[in-house]
Amino acid sequence: MELRFTDAERAFREEVRAFLAAECPEATRRHMIAGKSPTKQMVVEWQRKLNAKGWATPEWPVEHGGPGWTPAQKYIFREELQMWPAPQPLAFNVNMCGPVIIEFGTEAQKKRFLPRMANLDDWWCQGFSEPGAGSDLAGLKCRAVREGDHYVVNGQKTWTTLAQHADWIFLLVRTDPNAKKQEGISFLLVDMRSPGITVRPIITIEGGHEVNEVFFDDVRVPVENLVGEENKGWDCAKFLLGNERFGQARVGASRERIRRLKTIARETLDGGRPLIEDPEFRRQITEMEVELKALEMTVMRVIANETKRAGTGKPDPATSVLKIKGTEIQQGVAELLMKAAGPYAWVDGDPDAEGSNEWDVAPDWAFGLAGVYFNWRKQSIYGGSNEIQRNIMAKAFLGL
Amino acid sequence: MDFDLNESQSLLQDSLRRLLADSYGFEARKAYLASETGWSREIWARYAELGLLGLPFAEEDGGFGGGGEETMIVAEQMGRHITLEPWFSTVVLGGGFLRHGAEAALRQEMVGGIAAGEVLLAFAQQERQSRYDLFDVLTTAKKDGSGWLISGRKGMVLHGDTADHFVVTARMAGGQRDRSGIGVFLVPARAEGVSVRGFRQVDGTRAAEVEFAGARASHLLGEPENGLALVDRVVDEAIAALAAEAVGAMDVVHGMTVEYMKTRQQFGKPIGSFQALQHRAADMLVALEQARSMAFFATMAAREEDALERRRNMHAVKAQIGRAQRFVGQQSIQLHGGIAMTMEYAAGHYFKRLTVNEAAFGDTDFHLRALADMGGLVQAA
Repeated sequence: MELRFTDAERAFREEVRAFLAAECPEATRRHMIAGKSPTKQMVVEWQRKLNAKGWATPEWPVEHGGPGWTPAQKYIFREELQMWPAPQPLAFNVNMCGPVIIEFGTEAQKKRFLPRMANLDDWWCQGFSEPGAGSDLAGLKCRAVREGDHYVVNGQKTWTTLAQHADWIFLLVRTDPNAKKQEGISFLLVDMRSPGITVRPIITIEGGHEVNEVFFDDVRVPVENLVGEENKGWDCAKFLLGNERFGQARVGASRERIRRLKTIARETLDGGRPLIEDPEFRRQITEMEVELKALEMTVMRVIANETKRAGTGKPDPATSVLKIKGTEIQQGVAELLMKAAGPYAWVDGDPDAEGSNEWDVAPDWAFGLAGVYFNWRKQSIYGGSNEIQRNIMAKAFLGL
Repeated sequence: MDFDLNESQSLLQDSLRRLLADSYGFEARKAYLASETGWSREIWARYAELGLLGLPFAEEDGGFGGGGEETMIVAEQMGRHITLEPWFSTVVLGGGFLRHGAEAALRQEMVGGIAAGEVLLAFAQQERQSRYDLFDVLTTAKKDGSGWLISGRKGMVLHGDTADHFVVTARMAGGQRDRSGIGVFLVPARAEGVSVRGFRQVDGTRAAEVEFAGARASHLLGEPENGLALVDRVVDEAIAALAAEAVGAMDVVHGMTVEYMKTRQQFGKPIGSFQALQHRAADMLVALEQARSMAFFATMAAREEDALERRRNMHAVKAQIGRAQRFVGQQSIQLHGGIAMTMEYAAGHYFKRLTVNEAAFGDTDFHLRALADMGGLVQAA
């Protein structure tokens, strides 16, 4: 047992911090501290800096441009970015589609797509969910029919995050409607400029435009854009979703939000004294903090397990804790941030929009806190709802 | 970081696991509980043979030089069997006071007897008014020649009815709730003026009300009038052991619950096939895994030299594990149903131990409040 970070890991943390201090644009940082999602331009600009440094694709093998980090280094990098805060490398590119292409793709696909993904020359989005296929993803219906050297795609995807920015979409489609539902699915890469694609915004309850519906009407996709084998797309999907769960703990992001919460609670008056002095409010923050500390250690355990037993060991029950606890804490902290703003949380408007408080009807710091609270209710729904996670735990770890 | 046991740690875990598997089944425990001392002298001797009782002491004092990790390993196994012997009071608490507060001569005089299982210790700090404040001390220490006479009443003294020596907090100076002016004294149980009334606690462990009527202390531990620093240090280490014990007990009672869910049939199928119950069991697993993580953290944090940082972190440990163990304990009873309400069934006994463990050295409310008052774990920007 060795219950501490190594000197090399501590030095790496300092190196990441120094890079953030030197290279992350201050405007981006301010924007994110205020609770807003970074704009497309901010994300692109930052990822290109990371890519120039060789840090844009922490999860990729060295031969595809990855930095060759240990699991602990990947964790430190991710957490430091979240705490700064700075944008993460675009997950659709580097954590989702990139690893799938590396694992299942052809040499030509790797050559064509990976460098542009790393540099965010192409912005990717994820075409998985459908109106009738949410938690039961394998029930998807979007059809692809082979016609010569093309697939012809017809159907609809939904909850497609940031499709409005996207150049490409990776898609789960049904290629064999007669097979058992997991067995007739394929994984396709589709150019968003293809004729027949329509993107329709979905405005979520806080007023933001983050997700979309994407319609496919006789969209022709070259067969060379099939990843892996036809009808074996579910393997790609499972692989991708397995990678996704790992990043959902977001310990650094929660720590950054708690820091923000405490700053706000110090400056906000409640009963004539700073809100932070109210024992009941303080207690609610503290409850989040202790759970977050435990989660941080849970992440360490998962990382240590991954380092020692990469790909060989049984799945660690601690892994399923990350999604459930990570999202509960983030939602809890978002709720406290909104509560801290009191009535001034109620000014309506897209929390990500710049200058939304131009009429000065509320303190700047309060603007959008309710919006973030509303928006973050999504966290326990996406990425396999927390109830699905409990089903998985009951089945895989408890044998029920 | 590495959470795996090394070779000697695995050996320690295996040997204790074997001993307890062989001799600490639920029926055997009932017999120990019903015996005159309320625990087993025979098992105690076995602990001594295994080296558990001298484990955390330095080799030059006659111990085996174990650290926090080794204590964690032992505590978890003790929790798995909800053992009744005075390991925690003698080795973790009493031993902690000797390691951190006794002169070399006293350590060398006492460690041998402790390691051999011949000497039992108990920590006498609780008073009727003090609740969870370790510094709230009315018991007095009066100078008498070169020694000290202790007067006052201590309650809920874990294993006080069998102890050979008491570690006693007593006021040398200042008022009831002053943080300074506290002394930590070693008082032989046989000293004149010591009277002991033993009883059983709800979790089966023994305890005592101990009255000191001008009893002569044999030694002063730690710095005179700054005994609170020593008490905090030892209690912080004890909290790490309690955390590991709680994880052991939670793991067993959770496993017991899941097994029961697979076998108990209602409406023609195992109750474990009902999703409402599956999700509850999954939530228990989340709580258990988070608590396990926190027990590792406790072991790291307990060796921190900076007392303030250490306290802050141990408050977090106690608060997090406290909530987890209450949830796991209560839900184990609920998911079992009526059977777990019976004295004949093990789950209720685990629940009772978890309940006592949660409140030992401060319950969840106490530690959450204390941590919140210190500004929490994350510093404001």
